[in-house]
Order: sequence, then structure tokens, then C-alpha cells
Amino acid sequence: MTELHQLSAADTAAAIAQGEASAVEVAHAHLDRIDRTDPAVGAFLHVDTEGALAAAAEIDRRRADGQPLGPLAGVPLAMKDVVVTHGVPTTSGSKILQGWIPPYDATITTRIKQAGLVMLGKTNMDEFAMGSSTENSAYQLTRNPWDLGRVPGGSSGGSSAAVAAFQAPLSIGTDTGGSIRQPAAVTGIVGHKPTYGAVSRYGLIAFSSSLDQAGPFGRTVLDTALLHQVMAGHDPCDATSIPQPGPDVVSAARQGARADLTGVRIGIVSQLTGASGGYQDGVLARFADAVALLRELGAEIVEVSCPHFDYALAAYYLIAPSECSSNLARFDAVRYGLRAGDDGQRSLEEVMSLTREQGFGAEVKRRIMIGTYALSSGYYDAYYGQAQKVRTLIAEDFRQAFTQTDVLISPTSPFVAFGIGERTADPMAMYVNDLCTLPASLAGTPAISVPCGLSDTEGPALPVGLQVMAPAMADDRCYRVGAAFEAAFTSRHGAVLDQIPDLGELAMAAAATKEGQR
Amino acid sequence: MSDDRPEITRDEVAHLARLARLAVTDAELDLFAGQLEVILGSVARVSEVAAADIRPTSHAVPLENVYRVDEVRPSLPREAILAVAPAVEDDRFRVPQILGEEE
Repeated sequence: MTELHQLSAADTAAAIAQGEASAVEVAHAHLDRIDRTDPAVGAFLHVDTEGALAAAAEIDRRRADGQPLGPLAGVPLAMKDVVVTHGVPTTSGSKILQGWIPPYDATITTRIKQAGLVMLGKTNMDEFAMGSSTENSAYQLTRNPWDLGRVPGGSSGGSSAAVAAFQAPLSIGTDTGGSIRQPAAVTGIVGHKPTYGAVSRYGLIAFSSSLDQAGPFGRTVLDTALLHQVMAGHDPCDATSIPQPGPDVVSAARQGARADLTGVRIGIVSQLTGASGGYQDGVLARFADAVALLRELGAEIVEVSCPHFDYALAAYYLIAPSECSSNLARFDAVRYGLRAGDDGQRSLEEVMSLTREQGFGAEVKRRIMIGTYALSSGYYDAYYGQAQKVRTLIAEDFRQAFTQTDVLISPTSPFVAFGIGERTADPMAMYVNDLCTLPASLAGTPAISVPCGLSDTEGPALPVGLQVMAPAMADDRCYRVGAAFEAAFTSRHGAVLDQIPDLGELAMAAAATKEGQR
Repeated sequence: MSDDRPEITRDEVAHLARLARLAVTDAELDLFAGQLEVILGSVARVSEVAAADIRPTSHAVPLENVYRVDEVRPSLPREAILAVAPAVEDDRFRVPQILGEEE
């Protein structure tokens, strides 16, 4: 029999609604799973056992009272630690916020609570979401459940690992340059970056305000759509929130599940298919398989050129550091977080500098200084100003491409999950992980990553992701094409995640290797 | 223009760190000088694109700046905010001295 922690979010909600399982039983099943597996995986920075059980009990009470329940009522969820949660520690992966208990909820926290989702805890991440491997967390490593010697992607690596390790059927991440899609790809799950402005940023600890966007992770496209529907919508507390309703992504996922893409025009972006960027052979092979399968489903495949995508990496690594240097100025040792070196003699400025030196990690300091440089007088136009113009050109490339296509596709990342420690010494080697995800980030357009098979060219069999990009406010197309691909792939090969090694055996193998190295 | 690589010296890093209020160590000055030079050299590529008459983008959907309705709403309770502050005195944030002795 399938255990409760193995159910999809949709099936979990159905089981609770039909009284086959209580929300408290479901919460216990996942908390037990976290207890057993998180010593090896390290996905959670904080597990809120008490809060989760209380929220679950409330759902059971409402059900007993005959109150109407939402489509995800009682379903457990893991929350990235960049999202502010009232009364539950929130650090954004940084020492500068160690021990901070937020006095309010982010809008998406409020929305998931109102929808009856049960938050299990807060997940690990690269400090302030700066990174692609979760190794920049100030607290701990998170290990990829496919191979404990590898990273789970980043910056939302705790959220991706939690879902891949069956610790939660759903999680929330944030994506600034690929931080939902790339971790989804390398852990074999689904992750979607919504249209910029579709999901409220109120209560997200800001990294790069013109790029940050929260979105859902799930093990299936439908589950991911169900969570998207809960998160999205206009919020007057966020001035960049789009004041129109978004598309019905759940219906799109259900439509896609029929695996018919007749008449859908899909563009392959020639700049994102391996001419440069060091794409691995196994990634390109799975992408080619994916294209063939989409064609089988009736899609019309064309190649499109988006020449300015080649400048996305450069533009991103100016814009994101510039905005972060401004956003992180709020950590001034006065109103919240760490204060270091306040001996009664030192000035505010000295205390501030000592606090930030002690509270921030190396990548955060690097980006703050890059941003400070790029925004300084005399350089602003050449760097930040020019990068914002490159964004326009990238958006224009997308617009052109969408005149002849409905969606664009590419690999989600040039690489499968890499080994822990392999890329930490060279910042540029880490940055190229985002090569395929950056264009949609800069244009503010939606994109999803769905698993498209395994690659074994880098050692053990590891997941590869297919990215589907759509025009702004057409997130439904990502879900439709993603669900169609998923249905067709699964009927032919079985679900990618079905092939994940047993975590107990993995943990033992890792321990044995460590023993052997001594 | 790609040969227009910025040279980042230790002194330049020290200056940036001062502007950004980071009390970096000597070891960090050496590490960051090399890394910042590589990163800035690489991102300087944006200048290769001719974009004189291109407008900048910061949002996927053009938005108009609007004022929200001027409604009185309760703010967070003072105790809740001060409870998470690093230092508090007389119901306020306690701040280290702002002016040095010599001023």
C-alpha cells in the first residue's frame, strides 16, 4: 500500500476530504519522514512540529463541522526560509538574521494558511538566495536525495530536496535567476517561476526586487499548479503586483494531462541548446528525446533565434548585485538581526561595519561590493543602466519568438547535479548554472521545469529538466505543455522520481564511503 | 569594448567595502580583489550591445505608478517590533553613538 508521505498533494487532499486519512495523520507521516531522513538530507532549517500539528487539527475540526475545505486543505508544505512567517524563525539562510522571529506573515504565508495548507517548517537556502547549490547557506549543507554527495541545486535547494525526498508533497521557493527551476531540474521534480508580479513579494526578504518571484514546487505538474493557484493574485501590499487575475493554471494542467499538443507551436531557442556554455552530453541527449516526444504529441517544432540571450548572464550579474547592495543596506544593526561590537565606545558606523562583516557570508559580500561598484557615480550608465537596456532587448527577442510560437523550450540547466564543493572556489563556475533560466528572469516571463529523464554520463543516473517558457501572464501554457510532456513521458517510461534510490540505502552507502576514506 | 576590463586593486576593494559598510579582513581583500576583477571583467560584456536608443526594462507587464487609497490601518504593535530589536531603551531602538568624539 502507498504510504501517506508518498501521495501526491491532490491525492492527499482527496484522502482527507473523503475521511480516508485525517490531516493530523498526514502531518505525522511527514514529520516522521523528516525525522528519519533529514539527518542525511538537511533540507530543513527549522521544523515547526507544534504549529504543523495544530494547523492539521484545525483542518480536521473544520471537516468534522462540515465546513467547506479548499482543494489543498490539510496538505503539508515546506517553506523556503526567505519567506517571512509570523512566530516561526526566519533567517534567509544568513547569520545576520539568526534567532529572528518575524512579527508578521508574508502575503503568501497568509494565503497558504487560508487555503488550509499545513506548513511543516522552513527550508535551507543559499544565503539571501544568492547561489545555485545551497552551499552558501550560513547554517548547513543540503544534500541531493538522488546522491548525497551532490548539491540539490539552489538557491531553493532545501525546498527541492524536501519534495524529492518525500518529506513534503509541496514546497515554496523563490526564483531570481533560476532558483526554483534549476533545483527542480537537478532533483527530478517540477518547479515554476510565475510571471513577475503574479505572486506577491510582500514579506519575501528582498534580494533583487525587479527579479524576485516566489513560486511552487511539486512532484507532479498538477500539484504544482494547485499550489500556484493558491499563491497567485493581486496584493495591494506589493506595488509591483499585477492588478489583474492570472490564468487558470489548474485547468491548463488538467487539459495538458490528455497528452495532446496538436497545433501547439514550440520553439527551440538555438542560443540555449549547447553551442556554448559547456552543456553536458547527457543533458543534450535527454533534451533531444524530449523534443522528439513533444513532436509525437502533435506539437509543431521550430527553431528560433534569440541573439540577446547571450548577454543574459552579464546583465543578470550586474542587475542582481546592484539591487542586492541596495536592499541589504537595511541590515544596519539597529532594528532587527545581529549587532556586533557594540561596546559603548564604537560609533554606529563601526558597529554597522563589524555587524555586516560578521553576519554576511562571502558570496553576499562579493555581490554587495559588485553592486556598490556598478551603481557608483560614473559607472551607473555603463553597468546598471546598460544592463536594464539589455533586458529590453531580451524581452524583445522573446516577443519576436512568440509571434511564431506558443512556448519556447530549452534544457533547464546545462548540468546535472554537481558534487558538493566542486564549484565553490570559482564564482563564475557557479554563475553559469543559470545560463538557461536567466532570460525568462530578466524578461519577467513565466517558465516551468519538468523532469525529462536521467543522465548517467556524469556517474550515477541523475535527473535532467526540460524548461518551458511562455509570454507574460500566459503561465497556463507552461502548465499545459508541462503536463502533456509529463503524461506522455510517464506512460512510456514511468515517473522520473520513481527511480530515485532508497534514501536509507544511500545514507548507508555514503557512511561506508566515508569509512573507506579514513 | 571588451578589452575595457576594470582593474580591481586591493585599495579599490577596501574603498568599496567602506562604502558598503563591510569591515573586511586583510585576507578577504586579497581574495575579493581577484574575484571581483574576474566577475566585473565578465559582466562588462553588456557594453558590447549598442543600446543608445533602447529604454530600460524593470517589469514584464507595464504598470502605472498609482497612489493607494489613503486608509488608516493598524500598524504592528510597538512591543512586537521592539521584541526583535538588537537593543532597546525607553521603548525605542537603542543606537550606538552617531557622532564621533572629534566631531
